[in-house]
Amino acid sequence: MEQPLTSLFSAKPIGLEGYLLVAAVLFVLGLTACMSRKNAVGVLIGIELILNAAVLNFMAFWRFAGAPLEGEAALAGPLMAIFIIVLAACEAAVALAILLNLYFNFGSVEVDYASQMKE
Amino acid sequence: MISWTGPNLSFWLITLMVVVSAAYAAFARSILKAAFALFFTLFGMAGYYVLLGSDFIAVTQVIIYVGGILVLLMFGVLLTNKTFPTVGSRSWKAHALVLVPAMLLLVLLGTVIFSAGWQKRAVLTEPQSSLEPLGHFLLGKYALALEIAGVTLLLCLVGAAYLVRRTEK
Repeated sequence: MEQPLTSLFSAKPIGLEGYLLVAAVLFVLGLTACMSRKNAVGVLIGIELILNAAVLNFMAFWRFAGAPLEGEAALAGPLMAIFIIVLAACEAAVALAILLNLYFNFGSVEVDYASQMKE
Repeated sequence: MISWTGPNLSFWLITLMVVVSAAYAAFARSILKAAFALFFTLFGMAGYYVLLGSDFIAVTQVIIYVGGILVLLMFGVLLTNKTFPTVGSRSWKAHALVLVPAMLLLVLLGTVIFSAGWQKRAVLTEPQSSLEPLGHFLLGKYALALEIAGVTLLLCLVGAAYLVRRTEK
């Protein structure tokens, strides 16, 4: 069943496609930030955007797609979201530590300096 | 016919906030401003989770992302920028090299999203509070996963503290 683009603008409540599209935009923005930023914090911001896009995808599919979920799968979306958020917290902490080390060693957090992993 | 009001109003408002602030976070010259823009993006995501019917994830998003990860990011910015002049961006050519594939990827993703023919649920049930069943799952069937996530978090935080210690040279 083909879903036309116009479904986004009808009077119906926004369905699966709207959320997926927003997640795709977030993902692409995050990817752009990751690839084009010189500052390592900027790269980290891009990674956060990508992770958020992933969570949004999980939640949208959980809400709209497939058969009605029952039993242990009934909360699959929120469970995935929780674990992603926890891992994002881990990643942010470790990334900040690495970033501070970069700063101590190179006096800057521009990722180009870190291409050799040592001074 | 475009309907900006009614059930979709909140979605469009949140989308406006999220997309604009995410674009700012991705492209702003000042890294500090980018981090501040990320604040609005993350808040908007919490709004989406409310619309999607999961109260707990929305609250978790605000507490962990906005209250935790974003503060970490701010510390990262403040600790590693002596001054706040604009951080040098890459050259125009390098930007094009990134932006063109990114736009192509967005078009590709959009095409896939709108032509995939997802198997959708016919009847959407009213969202209910997911707090109590989540607690049962996390301490019952998914207890091992929760414990592993907790231990991972602990190891990461200890490892991060170990990494940033000042060593005598």
